[in-house]
Amino acid sequence: MRLAITTCLVIIALVVNAQEIEIEVIKFNQLSEMITNGKHELEVYNFWATWCKPCIAELPYFEAVNNDKDLGHVKVFLISLDFVEQLDNRVKSFVARRNLTSDIKLLDETDYNAFIDKIDPSWSGAIPATLIVDNINDKKYFYEKSFEEGELETLIQNIQ
Amino acid sequence: MLVIAVAVAIGSAFVSPRAEGYEVGDTAIDFSLKNIDGDIVSMSDYDDAKGFLVIFTCNTCPYAKMYEDRIIDLDEKYKDKGYPVIAINPNDPVRSPGDSWNEMKTRYADKSMTYPYLFDETQEITSAYGATKTPHVYLLNKEADKLVVKYIGAIDDNFKDASAVTKTYVEDAVDALIDNKAVQTTSTKAIGCTIKWKES
Repeated sequence: MRLAITTCLVIIALVVNAQEIEIEVIKFNQLSEMITNGKHELEVYNFWATWCKPCIAELPYFEAVNNDKDLGHVKVFLISLDFVEQLDNRVKSFVARRNLTSDIKLLDETDYNAFIDKIDPSWSGAIPATLIVDNINDKKYFYEKSFEEGELETLIQNIQ
Repeated sequence: MLVIAVAVAIGSAFVSPRAEGYEVGDTAIDFSLKNIDGDIVSMSDYDDAKGFLVIFTCNTCPYAKMYEDRIIDLDEKYKDKGYPVIAINPNDPVRSPGDSWNEMKTRYADKSMTYPYLFDETQEITSAYGATKTPHVYLLNKEADKLVVKYIGAIDDNFKDASAVTKTYVEDAVDALIDNKAVQTTSTKAIGCTIKWKES
């Protein structure tokens, strides 16, 4: 009985928690604006989705960079390519469950061919994919791959 | 000795698991891959075909699933016109258990697929073609016994809603070939699930 009550409370807590999570739904022109007029020294845009296993596997590495006090000049954006219809019942609950603290936005687009090349011409469209924007030196670095633990930190150190 | 030479040649052709792959205009290689019924399927089996829609797809990717009905429609529309669909699952079932050969059989039956659904167990064909994600379409045209790549990319411009599609990339490309015209849009891009390569 106590277990059942506890379980219920945990579920309620998660649901409430999930409802409080704010994920801005954006269109490509907004994403483009963010990338072009970056407000941080270094910005990391990780393209992911809750249904993408290799994406989920590398999320902790992006979270680690986002939460690293020594990397205060680095801003991490997790750009979800989940379907906007699943924002409340799937994406928010995933984010709550994982306690993600990075800035998460959901890119709601259907005509992918119209923008993939504008992110980077080398992107085939597979995810995970990551764009790093160095706003100090006005340079961009694009990776269509999965990151290993610590790899992102090394890349960031090498960029600066 | 000859056997060794051939083995070396084949081996060296697949040194890189992720080769650059084909561009439009390249000649594609044929394959001999296992279908869901255990039969080995090659494009050379199709004497009457004018070309092929080779589509890398799988059981597990949400985009691939959303396009399954449209892939069946493409096969039914173009098979009799000489351009049948051949679907290939490129994923390593160790990394993606839902893409095993047995799961392929289940999916094939559930969806009543009208085309061969082949398993690229070694991932050599996927690598040679340069597919990176599912679904990923290669339209091939038979020209003087060669299979020339005429279009690479997405099926259309709206994965979510077939009725809201405004650009039917694959249909336009096949229609152009049937009419002996040049394909206008020869490559497009779409978000897809990355291919689950074997971990070496």
